Amino acid sequence: MEWLNTILQGILLGGLYAMFAAGLSLIFGVMRLVNIAHGDLIVLAAYVALVATQTLGINPIVSLIVVVPVMAAIGYVLQRGLLNRTLGDDLLPPLLVTFGLSVIIQNGLLEIFTADSVKLNAGAVEIQSIAVGGGLALGVLPLIQFALAIAVIGGLQWLFYRTALGRAFRATSDDQSVAQLMGLNNAHVFGLAMALSLAIVAVAGVLLAVRANFDPSMGPARLIFGFEAVIIGGLGSMWGTLAGGIIIGVAQAIGAQIDPGWNLLAGHIAFLIVLAIRPQGLFPKVHG
Amino acid sequence: MSDFRVQHASWSSRIGTTIVVLAFVAFAAAPWWADRANLRLLSEIFAYVALASLWNLLAGYAGLVSVGQQAYVGLGAYVLFGLAMLAGVHPLAAIPLAGIAAAIVALPVAALIFRLRGHYFAIGTWVVAEVFRLLAAQTTALDGGSGTSLPAAVVVSIASSRQMREFTIYWIALAQVAVVLFAIVWLLRSRYGLALTAIRDNELGARSNGVDVARIKYCVYVAVAFGTAMVGALIFLQKIRISPDTAFSVNDWTAFVIFITVIGGIGRIEGPIIGTVIFFLLRQTLADLGAIYLLILGVVAIAVMLKAPKGLWGLIADRYGWQVFPLERRLVINKR
Amino acid sequence: MPDPILELRDLDAHYGDFQALFGVSMRVAEGEVVAVIGANGAGKSTLLKCIAGAMPVRHNAIQLYGVSIGGDPAHDVVSRGIALVPEGRRLFPSLSVEENLLIGGQLGRKGPWNLKRVYELFPVLEERRHQPAPSLSGGQQQMVAIGRALMANPRLLLCDEISLGLAPIVIRDIYARIPAIVAEGLSLIIVEQDVVQALKTARYVYCLQEGRVALQGEAKALTREKISAAYFGV
Repeated sequence: MEWLNTILQGILLGGLYAMFAAGLSLIFGVMRLVNIAHGDLIVLAAYVALVATQTLGINPIVSLIVVVPVMAAIGYVLQRGLLNRTLGDDLLPPLLVTFGLSVIIQNGLLEIFTADSVKLNAGAVEIQSIAVGGGLALGVLPLIQFALAIAVIGGLQWLFYRTALGRAFRATSDDQSVAQLMGLNNAHVFGLAMALSLAIVAVAGVLLAVRANFDPSMGPARLIFGFEAVIIGGLGSMWGTLAGGIIIGVAQAIGAQIDPGWNLLAGHIAFLIVLAIRPQGLFPKVHG
Repeated sequence: MSDFRVQHASWSSRIGTTIVVLAFVAFAAAPWWADRANLRLLSEIFAYVALASLWNLLAGYAGLVSVGQQAYVGLGAYVLFGLAMLAGVHPLAAIPLAGIAAAIVALPVAALIFRLRGHYFAIGTWVVAEVFRLLAAQTTALDGGSGTSLPAAVVVSIASSRQMREFTIYWIALAQVAVVLFAIVWLLRSRYGLALTAIRDNELGARSNGVDVARIKYCVYVAVAFGTAMVGALIFLQKIRISPDTAFSVNDWTAFVIFITVIGGIGRIEGPIIGTVIFFLLRQTLADLGAIYLLILGVVAIAVMLKAPKGLWGLIADRYGWQVFPLERRLVINKR
Repeated sequence: MPDPILELRDLDAHYGDFQALFGVSMRVAEGEVVAVIGANGAGKSTLLKCIAGAMPVRHNAIQLYGVSIGGDPAHDVVSRGIALVPEGRRLFPSLSVEENLLIGGQLGRKGPWNLKRVYELFPVLEERRHQPAPSLSGGQQQMVAIGRALMANPRLLLCDEISLGLAPIVIRDIYARIPAIVAEGLSLIIVEQDVVQALKTARYVYCLQEGRVALQGEAKALTREKISAAYFGV
């Protein structure tokens, strides 16, 4: 029974990792950019939420109304002002520039907010739980988090395949130069993709901040969890990404159950095993 | 019957090589003209030139952009501590053993992360470094997460007097950077160097001209792991204290190294040297700023990447055609 | 002669150090079909790329309704009313037929063309609207490429080698729809390897040779000898 509980907690945690992954996967899909600062942007979103809750006196979940547009705006400006200039055939510039960005965000946060860890308080909802029978109870907050993850991924799926913006994303992903010739402004499309990615990052950042303590140095590990979920799920597959996140979450939960020191290691090992036996991921998208 | 030969040297590389040799001699004599603090600073500079040159070989030439080289710095350091403290190996003898151990570990690691294409390779290297760090934290024999120090007996075995220990470590640091630079020059002048330069300039073109790109990348990755681990082992032998967070620090062993190389000039041997000099000059003036210093460095590196992607040495080389090391290939028709 | 909608004035184009076009001048009138012919590498596709905004050129070298547009970004050029049917069709492979068409129309320029009209012009596309674009035959894909460009409601349609790689009967079938397109008041520039087809379709012909206009004239006035002289430079 204890194990079942562990696995359930792991699955719910996996939803958060899937959200880390979704934003990463989105921009890689549209513009072949791997954003090394992705994790630090998640932490940045958590701090934006911290400031929003403190100055406006609102609940962290309500603060999403502020944090999501702020992060989306940062994403759009970042893409058009900086990252668009790094795109091209050469792998180095985008990697090095986003790596530099990661260091800048991390140390900027460190300078402003110090290395002390903080946490957002979501109030009574944090301790509420729902009994699911057999002596098991699921926290309301983890359930909200998981539901949001499914909503985000389902929403992305819908946006990608059912809307004009999603069509533009897929067209640009297929062939940038022709997309431009058909009247798409790639710089703008990429800006929108990054804005959307950071909107998801905002949701993930707020959930991260409500869930546990955070500090400026946490970004890289979040990037890695998200990245592992993407690779396990298979590139280009949104629901695969959710499965990938769940696998990392469950592996970590089981690892922690065995020995607290094995919490993170177990997640990485699950990733390395998948990479060794199925490098294309579990649910790769096959292009026609 | 060939009536031409390939000439590597040019007038600037002859001057450059002369300067490098003279500098080496002067540095070798540093224990007689520099004080203790400066010796330590110089060994640190040598370590960064070596690390940056190795990363430059990996990313700038072989196109393997790793953000996880701290994996091998830390691995080398931990192997040295383990061998010296647990197996009673002489710490200096443990340095090459640390390199060999890292190369052996790099063989399967490379096979695994080479499955990640392009951009994702970079993050894969980071995962590996994280795994190493977490494993080191689980190594109870070396006090796990809190880290450990070399016992006095091991330290004394390097040399009995403190001064001689410092000289020894300094000379090894100098020897390391000299060997790293020499090995890279030698490698780039060999036929593998031509292949590497081809990969740097146009990977697809190199592949279609029969360069076995995958094998060369694999070998470079393992060789760089070997070198990086030996440098890491010496760095921590000098520090005497080790912990997972310092040995596998992404800021110290990857961020700094990448910024140094980018600012100095990626894909050029001179780049890491120039970059390290600038890095230390900035550090001496901005050291009090703490986190701001890293932030400034990040901004400078991004600016250089966008405005002068070949770095400062690239600007100089393009403008004046200088090269410090005899690397260019010029066909010279032999007189009959 | 009516005012041209498009005018090229002394257009040069470069790929790095290589100059691909030398002082090309050209006029296209309202509702006119102009053909550009020439051997491989004569600069035909480059010419279309310049007009479509895919190459850096002198600003006043290309004028649309008297406004300089040379070197403007491609998406601006589309919004001003120039659409391209690229060489080799270049459909978006992960999009369905209908989605490919919708991408062409996403700028929302007003005009006669919409999904319904494109499906009337190419009925076979309506049957296959939900299929992935790569699953269609070459001729059908070419129809999608033309439809996609029409969806932008251009004043000027650029067609790059629409007969390339297609069977003669398919080529005839596609060219049979050109009059219906012109009837909506569009002007066309067609780049063609198939000289006979080009002469049949166009009112006016330019022949490029090594980046220069070697011959121009009304299609019916050009003789076979003149064309082959201009074509091969003999």
